[in-house]
Amino acid sequence: MTDVRQAGSRTASATRIAALIRKETWQLLRDPSSIVIGIIMPLAMLLLFGYGLNLDVKNVPVAIVMEEVSDDARGVASGFELSDYFRVVHVKTMAEAQKLLLAHTVSAIVRIPPGFARRVQTNDAEIQVIVHGADANTARISLGYAQGAIGTWMAREAARGRMLAAASVSLESRLWFNEANESTYFLVPGLIVLVVTLIGTLLTALVVAREWERGTFEALFVTPARSSEILLGKAVPYFILGMIGFALSVGGGLLLFGVPFRGSFLVLTAVSMLYLLVALGIGLAVSSATKSQFLASQMSMTLTFLPAMMLSGFVFDIRSMPWIIQVVTYVFPARYFVSLLQTIFLAGNVWSVIIPNAAVLAVMAFALLALSVRLNRKIIG
Amino acid sequence: MWNSFRRTLALMHKEFLVILKDPRSRVLLFLPPVLQCLIFGYAATYDLNTVPYVLVDQDRSAASRAFAARLDGSGIFTRVASTETTEAAADSLLRGRAVLIVTIAADFEKRLVAGQVGRIQVLADGRNSNTAGVAQGYVASIAAAFGQGWRASQGLANQAVQVTTRAWYNPSLETRWNMIPSLIGAITMMMTMMLTAMSVAREREEGTFDQLLVAPFRPTEIMIGKAVPSMAVGLLQSSLIFLVALFWFRIPFAGSYAVFYLGLILFLAAAIGMGLFLSSIARNMQQAMILSFVLLMPFMLLSGLMAPTENMPAILRYFTKINPLQYAITITRRVYLEGATLGQLLPDMFALVVIAAVTMPIAAWFFRNRLA
Repeated sequence: MTDVRQAGSRTASATRIAALIRKETWQLLRDPSSIVIGIIMPLAMLLLFGYGLNLDVKNVPVAIVMEEVSDDARGVASGFELSDYFRVVHVKTMAEAQKLLLAHTVSAIVRIPPGFARRVQTNDAEIQVIVHGADANTARISLGYAQGAIGTWMAREAARGRMLAAASVSLESRLWFNEANESTYFLVPGLIVLVVTLIGTLLTALVVAREWERGTFEALFVTPARSSEILLGKAVPYFILGMIGFALSVGGGLLLFGVPFRGSFLVLTAVSMLYLLVALGIGLAVSSATKSQFLASQMSMTLTFLPAMMLSGFVFDIRSMPWIIQVVTYVFPARYFVSLLQTIFLAGNVWSVIIPNAAVLAVMAFALLALSVRLNRKIIG
Repeated sequence: MWNSFRRTLALMHKEFLVILKDPRSRVLLFLPPVLQCLIFGYAATYDLNTVPYVLVDQDRSAASRAFAARLDGSGIFTRVASTETTEAAADSLLRGRAVLIVTIAADFEKRLVAGQVGRIQVLADGRNSNTAGVAQGYVASIAAAFGQGWRASQGLANQAVQVTTRAWYNPSLETRWNMIPSLIGAITMMMTMMLTAMSVAREREEGTFDQLLVAPFRPTEIMIGKAVPSMAVGLLQSSLIFLVALFWFRIPFAGSYAVFYLGLILFLAAAIGMGLFLSSIARNMQQAMILSFVLLMPFMLLSGLMAPTENMPAILRYFTKINPLQYAITITRRVYLEGATLGQLLPDMFALVVIAAVTMPIAAWFFRNRLA
């Protein structure tokens, strides 16, 4: 007897959820802006950032000041001219070069002082390299390249016997997982994190608050639908939209940018669904806690967008942050998803990375969704 | 004229009340910018403080030990393991426990003693190619210093040419110096653009916008009434972040406060103009939020905040021309770090004026002609 009643209530619950999902889906589809965020935004972002966000340093404009005209000075200059990393501008005087550096026309100055060729013979020649420090990262990388270009010239001259060879240490460098040294390879997985975060959290952040503001949530209270059913009805359409956005950005990343994919799609989809649940959970929890669309929007932005960009390891490596900030990064789910994606894409199914990160996401998803249900208990006042 | 002024003033008063009345909204508007500046100021750095590495010493000589000691003594490199072969070290790299595998070749000392070039292989985790590049750079400079020390201690000839390097305006090449002035614009833009976009959408959704339209307000007055409070909030937010930069991070301010604030005001006007434009086409708050995001994302990522704009393909560089944040970042960085004068920044300031002058009239037109 009880079994029959339970089975009956289960079907009733399923019918209610289906009805709620249908209502939310209609609301979602009727608003063209949701389609924009679900389909157009992922593609546009992928294109914009795949091509636009580039941390590789190439064609650095450099001013070469030759204060002496000699074969050696010309040799050094040609080392820069032949390098892919530099675009050379020849200037006569240091004052002129300084002006160009100040105006940001060039990012570096290479100065070959008078008496260079003579001092090369006595092993105490000097070359000055000055960079504009405002963009510290580019500056540091171009300093390395400049030293490399000069080093190559020295090695060539030494091989020709025109210069003394000296005992020194040479490095042979290689990059694993990213042999081509393309920043796109690690930026695209990070981009997918941003897309899923935005769709998951921003869209849902307002849906519950809207019903509270308009008073329609109270109307739902008098229906037999439970809060968990109401929330499920809200989550499902956005979940589907999020997965569409995810599929589009993965497909685009692989096809357009040739990002290598070394893991399995099954694992990728599984962890992404997990993360999408977390993102939806944040949106719903924020929305239910504030019960105001304006506050929910400001809060979800503070909680998701900038942290996903700055504290996730998407661009800035977490290992280089002070320990207290590293502790803070553990709070934000994006961190786990970024390391999952970068590993699945570039290294493969490394279970020692996948299992702990996925476990944390699962716990977060459960906690956030439970919290949202609790915040929407049927209490008025 | 006087009446118009009084009406606008009353509207501004009402807007301030709407924004600041709710204590939660007061906290949300002013606490996150300060926290974000503190957290991101530390987080947003390309500098590496620690490089965990695995040492594979195939030489086991005095020279190879001296080289490893130099790495360990640098204060940056921490050795997480030592293995016999590179293959054995691979697992640490795979798990992300180490960034580098440094392999010293078996003939390292022999070649150095013979006055030749000793070989070291550096394998880096390319999952973040930027970190890998910086870490390799550190090894390179340690290798250069080691070579010089070795030559000096063995009485060998020095290299023919010495390269001396210097960085202007940021002598220690800290990313933080570059990042924090840029955060002033980035954080403020997000908050003010959303604030403006949402405020009109809220009135639309609650139906009070129709009341505003039938009240004796001109569209321009409504716009000014909405824009000025957002501008005040934005200026307060950016001043808070500015104070954090000055007194917490102690980054010396090289320029003039007048030029700095002129730049900020123009930037906020452009950002608010865009917010008003978005709010004039959005029908409800969710749309306003989505639209501001669709704009904010590319603005943030293509602003030079994280990656230099010079590297972008030509077509995207055109896009950065309509990006107010890109100008704001140029202005704040250059005034803050280089002490650039108004004359040097005129093109950027002018661009911001143009953006504000284009978006605001369009928004006003939409206010008048869209009663949906």
